[in-house]
Amino acid sequence: MAMSQTLATDGPRGPKPRHTFSKRNIFIYGTLFVVAVYYLLPLYVMVVTSLKGMPEVRLGNIFSPPLEITFEPWVKAWATACTGLNCDGLSRGFWNSVRITVPSVILSIAIASVNGYALANWRFKGSELFFTILIIGAFIPYQVMLYPIVIILREIGLYGSLSGLVIVHSIFGMPILTLLFRNYFASLPEELFKAARVDGAGFWSIYLRIMLPMSVPIFVVAVILQITGIWNDFLFGVVYTRPETYPMTVQLNNIVNSVQGVKEYNVNMAATLLTGLVPLVVYFISGKLFVRGIAAGAVKG
Amino acid sequence: MASTMSSAAKRPSRLFRNLSAKIASVPMILTALVVFVGGTLWTVLYSFTNSRLLPRLKFVGLDQYERLWATPRWLVSIENLAIYGVLSLIFSLVIGFVLAALLDQKIRFEDTFRTIFLYPFALSFVVTGVVWQWLLNPDFGVQAVVRSLGWESFAFDPLYNSSIVIYGVLIAALWQGTGFVMCLMLAGLRGIDEDIWKAARVDGIPAWRTYLFIVLPMMRPVLITTLVIIAAGIVKVYDLVVAQTSGGPGIASEVPAKYVYDYMFFAQNLGQGFAASTMMLLSVAIIIVPWAYLEFGRRR
Repeated sequence: MAMSQTLATDGPRGPKPRHTFSKRNIFIYGTLFVVAVYYLLPLYVMVVTSLKGMPEVRLGNIFSPPLEITFEPWVKAWATACTGLNCDGLSRGFWNSVRITVPSVILSIAIASVNGYALANWRFKGSELFFTILIIGAFIPYQVMLYPIVIILREIGLYGSLSGLVIVHSIFGMPILTLLFRNYFASLPEELFKAARVDGAGFWSIYLRIMLPMSVPIFVVAVILQITGIWNDFLFGVVYTRPETYPMTVQLNNIVNSVQGVKEYNVNMAATLLTGLVPLVVYFISGKLFVRGIAAGAVKG
Repeated sequence: MASTMSSAAKRPSRLFRNLSAKIASVPMILTALVVFVGGTLWTVLYSFTNSRLLPRLKFVGLDQYERLWATPRWLVSIENLAIYGVLSLIFSLVIGFVLAALLDQKIRFEDTFRTIFLYPFALSFVVTGVVWQWLLNPDFGVQAVVRSLGWESFAFDPLYNSSIVIYGVLIAALWQGTGFVMCLMLAGLRGIDEDIWKAARVDGIPAWRTYLFIVLPMMRPVLITTLVIIAAGIVKVYDLVVAQTSGGPGIASEVPAKYVYDYMFFAQNLGQGFAASTMMLLSVAIIIVPWAYLEFGRRR
């Protein structure tokens, strides 16, 4: 009690608090350090395993660094690992994933940004209702809608094709992206929009000339969100594509979990790293924007 | 008079008002009505039929559901989901909050630590599953390493032991997801006024009590959002199990989402798949509806 009163009345006086090696700091940094090591271990194990030859993997333990560094597993994972009848490695899946991710990111963001813009600035009767359905839809398990979409895609002749998968990604990216853009556009000053209206600008010209240039940050956030999300997708890839058009994640799973043949753990780990590389690079380059992206996508959900 | 005339001429009907906005919203409207509402109703409707290879409208009442709840594999799936769900909810909230609280102590290298804790979240569940399959491999992984250090009887082989396999999946999921929870919690902590802390310190309240009884209740909105996000993710868990255990050993680590997929696309028993996915929808509704009611119902 007396302690707290001196604190309250006296202000900064007395000995300077010790900063560097207090018990509290040792506890905090110690805990954080141990947890950080735990989080980094799998990445470390992936890297060292992928650089060992198979005999060394069988002998040593998974944490020991490679005695003899070899890049053969990487070459094999990329170019010659087999999935089913195809023996051209993960490269096929990589290019499929690129061909899926790029159009999906563009299409889903184009649709969702226009949606968000219409919802924020051009409300019409029923627009809020559709938006509510969209947001509720984000919580419906995908499994419920898997088969109806198979039927729709089959009807329009896109089942099993990459374009079909692009449409699916655009559909399921819509709720969160629309929310993201709607909230962002709603936060822009309304006077700007009104002034443009007075000057006779219409729906599209306001979107293209005023909204787009002002919302570069939110577009970057959306791109980060979508690249990682679509690249990492497994379920839609496995349902809506054929073996020749499987994305990388599906191919990785097939390589690692195929029952026939000798397990080559080093090749598996190289393949895993290759698959994780794109989202990891996006993550490390984008830094704080990634955090902002997931927080924006999630907290307001 | 003239102005009303001209505006009436410009707007012949309510339908054409805002026409560009409506046209631009067609993809959204189609998605909302056809895919989300239509697709959901379609699946629920066909779950009452005996569709096998192709969907057929031949109603059999609740037969599919009776069969579903009599299938051991489904019961195992539900049990796994319950264990996995409860534990991952508790652990990710607790670990996420503790990490966020530690990072919130105005420490140095905060960005470095946050980057390390969050990077697994950028990786897919497939990658996560495959890595942990390797780490938990009893012949080469953690178990073998601990044994080689001299503890010969050490046993930790969740992926080959059907009674604890779901905990192996849980470890991988926590590794992947806690960083994200931490970020949400950190955002919540940063949103709390500095003055609250000062006031608590003036009153001589220890830090852990301030966290537990003052800060946590104030973070209620963030906590609820986090809870809903984690819960919705738990029900969807699929790729992690496929990649890490393929549902094995036997059927010990099956989950409902995998049941749905396997019955729809492998066993060619669509009716079972529809019934199982409807049950998943129901379980999500049980989580979401009270939350939506609390969150949005009160404002009106």
